[in-house]
Amino acid sequence: MANKRQITERTMRILFFVVASASIVMLFMIMIFLFMEGIPIFDEVSVKNFIFGKYWYPTSEPPDFGILSLIVASLAVTLLSALISIPLGILTAIYIAEIASKKVSEIIKPMVELLAALPSVVIGFFGMVLVAPFLQNVFGIPTGLNLFNASLMLAFMSIPTICSLSEDAIHSVPNSLREASLALGATHLETILKVVLPASLSGISTAVILGMSRAIGETMVVLMVAGGAALIPISIFDPVRPMPASIASEMAEAPFRSAHYHALFATGIVLFIFTFLFNIVADHIAYKYKQVGEATL
Amino acid sequence: MSVSLPSLQRRRNFLQKIVFNVFRLAALINGLALFIIVYFMVANGWRAINWTFLTQPPMDSMTKGGILPCIVGTLCLSIGAILIAMPIGVASAIYLNEYARPGPLIRVIRIGINNLAGIPSIVFGLFGLAFFVVWLKMGVSIIAGALTLGAMSLPVIIGSTEEALRAVPDTYREASLGLGATKWQTIYRVVLPAALPGILTGTILGISRAAGETAPIMFTAAVFFTPSLPVSIFDEVMALPYHIYVLATAGTEIEATRHLQYGTALVLIFLVLGMNLIAIIYRFRLRKRMQ
Repeated sequence: MANKRQITERTMRILFFVVASASIVMLFMIMIFLFMEGIPIFDEVSVKNFIFGKYWYPTSEPPDFGILSLIVASLAVTLLSALISIPLGILTAIYIAEIASKKVSEIIKPMVELLAALPSVVIGFFGMVLVAPFLQNVFGIPTGLNLFNASLMLAFMSIPTICSLSEDAIHSVPNSLREASLALGATHLETILKVVLPASLSGISTAVILGMSRAIGETMVVLMVAGGAALIPISIFDPVRPMPASIASEMAEAPFRSAHYHALFATGIVLFIFTFLFNIVADHIAYKYKQVGEATL
Repeated sequence: MSVSLPSLQRRRNFLQKIVFNVFRLAALINGLALFIIVYFMVANGWRAINWTFLTQPPMDSMTKGGILPCIVGTLCLSIGAILIAMPIGVASAIYLNEYARPGPLIRVIRIGINNLAGIPSIVFGLFGLAFFVVWLKMGVSIIAGALTLGAMSLPVIIGSTEEALRAVPDTYREASLGLGATKWQTIYRVVLPAALPGILTGTILGISRAAGETAPIMFTAAVFFTPSLPVSIFDEVMALPYHIYVLATAGTEIEATRHLQYGTALVLIFLVLGMNLIAIIYRFRLRKRMQ
């Protein structure tokens, strides 16, 4: 009897382990298939010319497969959106965790969650039909579909990530630290700035990196709002074509397993590597500076 | 000291007041953004919504009629995705939270899950195209789209299930083990029932996330137009998010179909935010009861 129980026990343990490995397997499969479909493009262009080539004319004869302008566009929208989302996200997190009464924070927190839940296509649509004409009129620019508009929309997509992860980090700062600071005569603000924030810095950094990772990989917003010109932007009101937008809009037209098709998969590899690095760094910070009681501060 | 103490104190308090208002403003901006987007969609979209719109397929080359095939398609895709992701996700979470001991193995699995969560949706779309549609020869179909969306929802389900499992007090487990139950019996009979409400909340959130995604289904499941409703999982479908995108960017009569675009967006928002609201309220009451 006991034997049968032990067998069930061991079987379940192994079964659960196998299922838990599914995420790793999935991650590897994604890499394998991306590379399998993307690598063939490097028979046509060298890696260097692909990444640093300035011209992306995949359908002309002969075609140009240089994605530098797409990479620059992706980095530009991500950085510009980070300039908006980092302060807004962190300030909101501080407000929820440290200042707001319990009642107020119980209203604001779900609001931030709902903001995160808005489908990206809806935000893209909003940017297209409302924000674009508005920008066009206010700034007197030829098109409202541009780098700035896309960054603004992306910012509101990454704020929830930055805000809720930062809030978790601030929450995990032990109360005794706050009490010690207040007891020494510091004001509430001084306590937040000089004690709570430094203590939660690693968590907030992780939040910022993951928020930016979300922005660089976001597709629908940049597809609908960024303007779509594969040029290196000079002003923030220039239309751009970030990597996800290029993949999403061209894949339907690219003939199956043509050079264009492989080039889009290779763009996917570059995008994947960017977000992979973001995530590894975030994971590393979170793990290395993991808060274990008060002793590690 | 050149400044007297009381005036220094006043200055510090004044500064604090100003800075706290800046924090408050930041929080307000977020709330405002949500409000503006939802208000704008409701104000422009509600007139488009009527019985015909919800129960008819598109007509007159998409300029009239309704969005029934899109609603059906989105429901098929998102529910299919969760049926795939939920068993795998819950089992993964059980392993991570109940069986695994700290060590390099668990760390590798966690890194894998975190990275899976960080992969851009369009990369999932590429993977779905290369693996499910082409390699497994599923074609552009509900099953290919649901599998792609399922892979994408996996980290969400694992995360929320783990949270639910962590919320079950250890005393439950100890009591069950103390009575002579095995680990599996404890998990199956004690831990899972206690964690079930939390797991269901996570599942609702997973469905709503899957319903709103566009990029993963662009190459794997969704099409511009199908004349009939899907009858098998190997049929291609229309979907709400893709329908909005197509009407707003690629239609021949973008301005003429504007009201349909708003209407579709409103239905999608209603669906997604509705599910989220249910999950949030449910979780709120759950946490209250726990305390």
